[in-house]
Amino acid sequence: MENLKKELKEKIIEALNLEDLTPEDIKDDELLFGEGLELDSIDALELIIILDKDYGIKLDDPKKGKKIFESIETMANYINENRSK
Amino acid sequence: MKSEITHYCQIKNGKVIFDENLLYEDKEVDFQKFIKNAYQFFELDYRKFYKMDPLCKLAVMNSSVLIANLTEKLDPKTALLLTNKSACVDIDLKHQKSITEGFARPADFVYTLPNISLGEISIKNKLRSENSFFIFETFNPEFLITYTQQLIQTKKANAVLAGWVEIAENDYNALLFLVEKKKGIALKKENLLNLI
Amino acid sequence: MNTIKSEAVFFAEGECITPLGWTLQKNIENLKADKSAITEVKDKNFAENPFYGAVLNKEKLNQKFENLAYQEEFSTLEKMILLASENIKNTYENALKDKCGLIISSTKGNITALENEDISAYFLSNLAQKIGKALKIKSQPIVLSNACVSGIMAISVAKRLIQSGAYNHFIVIGADLFSKFVFSGFQSFQAISKKPCKPYDKSRDGITLGEAAAVAFITKDKEKIKNKTYFEIIGDSSINDANHISGPSRTGEGLFQSIENAKKEADISAEKVACISSHGTATLYNDEMEAQAFTRAKLQEKPVFSLKGRFGHTLGAAGLLETVITLKFAEENLIPPSFNYEKHGLTLPLNISSTFQEKEMDIILKTASGFGGSNTAVLFKKHHS
Repeated sequence: MENLKKELKEKIIEALNLEDLTPEDIKDDELLFGEGLELDSIDALELIIILDKDYGIKLDDPKKGKKIFESIETMANYINENRSK
Repeated sequence: MKSEITHYCQIKNGKVIFDENLLYEDKEVDFQKFIKNAYQFFELDYRKFYKMDPLCKLAVMNSSVLIANLTEKLDPKTALLLTNKSACVDIDLKHQKSITEGFARPADFVYTLPNISLGEISIKNKLRSENSFFIFETFNPEFLITYTQQLIQTKKANAVLAGWVEIAENDYNALLFLVEKKKGIALKKENLLNLI
Repeated sequence: MNTIKSEAVFFAEGECITPLGWTLQKNIENLKADKSAITEVKDKNFAENPFYGAVLNKEKLNQKFENLAYQEEFSTLEKMILLASENIKNTYENALKDKCGLIISSTKGNITALENEDISAYFLSNLAQKIGKALKIKSQPIVLSNACVSGIMAISVAKRLIQSGAYNHFIVIGADLFSKFVFSGFQSFQAISKKPCKPYDKSRDGITLGEAAAVAFITKDKEKIKNKTYFEIIGDSSINDANHISGPSRTGEGLFQSIENAKKEADISAEKVACISSHGTATLYNDEMEAQAFTRAKLQEKPVFSLKGRFGHTLGAAGLLETVITLKFAEENLIPPSFNYEKHGLTLPLNISSTFQEKEMDIILKTASGFGGSNTAVLFKKHHS
């Protein structure tokens, strides 16, 4: 689980071009959207692609993403339960 | 009152120049590294910058340096008029590659239009003004002059931030100049050709 | 220095080719007959499953193009442009030699060239040079690439440049392809509609993409206009939202300001506007944003229609194509319905046109909005010779 979280942080930094951050800068329970990391709607679409490409999870309804992408913690839990690769 | 060039900023060959003054110089030939160094040097403190494609980075860097060095506040009715040759070729090639590999990336796709650079400048400076992006084979001073004068004379804008923002890989040249109803450098073809 | 010449500039006439017809006249007939350019497409190159799009028949395009007198090799997009330009090129042959400019409005031009790693064909300036040469227009061509407002903004730019005194006439061309480049991008945005798009409808769920080429002749010389009915360009403005690079402003600020500026230049009140040919992409946010802007501009009771339910979103061609179609209907004093609209799906009560209606037409508003926070509004006034 800890490995998955670290991997997710690295992937997010890479995919969302958060060049000024390192994985250590992102806390597991920090809000990804809104105040925390200040991600926006385009970033949410990128997260959907990470789920699909790297973990084989198809998320057709972007609205579902809201809960899943709340934090690294929630994202890692969801991937753990639903991954197909 | 005549409209003249009151200030300009150029980013070319690792140099950032504002009104004849060299503000920053860097030997780095890789554009992405160069612009990141410049970003840190000018302390832009604008996280969104990292997400931008090379064209937007170049346009935002140039306009930010120019605006930061103005002695008076930028007129809110300052139009944006940008031109180049290669549109947003770098991000277009990247997006095309992602498609071939099977996954289009939204964060890239959103930058595959050259006028996104106008949007980024407008957002950063809260400029709700006339804006347009044109493409020419080479730098076209006649067009820039005609269109700038027309915008000001018909009162569609009080001032115009105009210029050429060209980038393809590590080959870049950005010249933005501010035209206002003030004394400055005459808005003439020869003068623009001297600056570019 | 040039002095201000706010002389009148006119939209003389237009032409277009779309999957719905190879001439403007055929497009108008087919719209009246309730036909659509949007069909179900089965093409594994684009997607595993069938999807909806407005795609031209390339075999027919090649056949039609062979009838023209061109010798050189041309790409699909260039053939579309030259085919659409043929009538206007012949009708205004003399004007093309007289301080005539050329504007090409396109978001991605020959973008499919990148699939074959053909970088030189990718450059929009090369496309423009080729078209300028083929149409025998001597002045340096101007390419306008301002996302989805490009097509209508091109008319505004032509008007401004004629008023500057630098040109007497303009050929304005809007064209874009249905490409994998754009299709996969919008797919990754989850913005492609599952059915043909339904602007302003409660069940709308995104855009349908299309391809087309449209052409217009813009001039200051009334005497040169061959059409009995033509339109003066009486006001125009393009104001940025300064809000977000892909999401429209929730308050419709940029579009609202563009409309207000156009009204001010034309010196008319909202009351004078007969109808609005809108952008209406059928994404949740665009259509809602337009409702905000039209309401703020006191246009909420004016008939509004989007043509995207029939042509799809043709990107850089859209604003020009929709203007050419709208003004042809206006010649006949006809307001088309906003196609595929059934149940109102906006938080504000706009007057979405639901059927073909006859109305004495004087002033028409065309608007568009797009990525980069761009917006354009242009007002046209009808004239008869």
